[in-house]
Amino acid sequence: MTDATADAVAPDTRATGRYLYIASIALLCAWVIVPIYFLLINTLSSPETVNSFPKPFWPEFDLGSLTFFAGFAGMLTALKNSVIVAAMTMVMSIVIGAPAGYALSRFEFPGKGLFRLLILLTRAFPLPLLALPLAVMFIQTGLDDTAFGLALVHTTLAIPFAVLITFSLFSGIPLELEEAAWTLGCTRLTAFTKVVLPLILPGITASAIFAFVISWNEVFAAAVLTIENRTLTAFLLQNLDTSPLHLKFAGGFILVVPALIFIFAVRKYLFAMWGIANR
Amino acid sequence: MNARILPYVLILPVTLFLCLFFLYPFVLVSKQAFSTGAGFTLDNFREVVSYWKFPISMQNTLLLAAAVVPVQLALALLMATMVNKMQKGRDIVLYIWTIPLGISDLAAGIIWLAIFEQSGFLNSMMNGLGVVDQPVNFLSYQHPGIVFLAIALAEIWRATAIMLVILVAGIGLIPKEYYEAAEVFGASPWKRFTRITLPMLRPSLQTALVLRVILAFEIFAVVAALGGTLFPVLMGETYAYQFDLLDSGAAAAMALIILGISIAFTLVILRVLRVPKGATI
Repeated sequence: MTDATADAVAPDTRATGRYLYIASIALLCAWVIVPIYFLLINTLSSPETVNSFPKPFWPEFDLGSLTFFAGFAGMLTALKNSVIVAAMTMVMSIVIGAPAGYALSRFEFPGKGLFRLLILLTRAFPLPLLALPLAVMFIQTGLDDTAFGLALVHTTLAIPFAVLITFSLFSGIPLELEEAAWTLGCTRLTAFTKVVLPLILPGITASAIFAFVISWNEVFAAAVLTIENRTLTAFLLQNLDTSPLHLKFAGGFILVVPALIFIFAVRKYLFAMWGIANR
Repeated sequence: MNARILPYVLILPVTLFLCLFFLYPFVLVSKQAFSTGAGFTLDNFREVVSYWKFPISMQNTLLLAAAVVPVQLALALLMATMVNKMQKGRDIVLYIWTIPLGISDLAAGIIWLAIFEQSGFLNSMMNGLGVVDQPVNFLSYQHPGIVFLAIALAEIWRATAIMLVILVAGIGLIPKEYYEAAEVFGASPWKRFTRITLPMLRPSLQTALVLRVILAFEIFAVVAALGGTLFPVLMGETYAYQFDLLDSGAAAAMALIILGISIAFTLVILRVLRVPKGATI
């Protein structure tokens, strides 16, 4: 008798638990997506609708706000600057960072601990603050208000990640593969370009995209170091008080789009990257 | 090339780069903070600390961190354990949950502005439900609580993803055998969580907390987008010193104060969550 009731209750509570579980997952997904959807509505509505009340809860597919954004003085240049700075950051952080990641994964050498400490330290500091003295240094060297100068600062932000990510990627490729190539007549360099590089390329791309987004999203240093050649984030920040709502929302949306693509592109590497970078 | 010098050649570019753009500016900012033109002085610090906005911006920054980080930690832990048991749809759920990882603080501020502004979606919803007739201006000095709530929600929304990624990666590294053994001995799911997951996750928790707490003290653009001058924070004041007051000595002093707080909290977290020697997975 008791057995029967227990059997009848157990699947029931399990089913409730299961619904609760699925419902909370759906709720947490909605928590992420709904605010972005609201921004989308505002971006795809005419400026009049954006400033009206109450708001509709579906987009009217009017390109008025985006056209206004594109026509706003200096906006497209700012967008272009953002892309240029982020591209430079991407290239520099990989070119400079990847060799160090390789060294960390393949060699034991005196000073390795100190080097890792330096890398970890940079991650533990509020780096954008260092933009303040760099502003002075850049004026002295003529790098002030240039895309390259800002890219240097953004590279400093991105490099610890580039080193740690490439370190974990290279560690994932067995040394035996390289040794086999050496015995078959490859030098260290050709073994690297012919064996390791093709295997590592997708991962390198992922960490390059990561560097791109770090630079694309950075606000403080960009606002401190650029005056005429504003990036998109710096431009939006500077005009927050004065710009109309539809301009803010369209600008915000343009900032968000690369994020959606970025996470999708690197989703396979995201967790592997952090798994080893933790150690 | 010689295998003994090769590693040094490989790490040379990063080391030079970091010396030039990390260590050197750090020395410069300290020099700037401790001088007003003639010799060593604490005037800059005295100036910024005695300014009336300093205590309130310090309080706001700390309160915000205290409100946001624990919620993020709990939420990230919940999400990570939920996704860990999942068989179907794990990839798509993780993709959706990690979207905010790529969204900048400024964009997150703008997104939540769309909800909280006077003609925004919160007002529209309340109007639709008949709670209010006229749109309420939430982000004004009459509603300091709502300004705080809006900023905190935007921060929780945006920056939980980075913790989630670190924790999911960390949970993935815990050997399944521990859980199997615990199940054999009849441990409940909650026991398994507190006795296996949490202790084994300590290195990941350390990384996640250090990263998040430092970023929480650097909060700037979310506040600029949502609160403006209504909600002064340390980083915003630093920016104001540099640009509105053109006082780079004071800005440097503020920078060092933020740095000091960050380092203090980093050390506390590392100490509290320290991993006993030899107790690695």
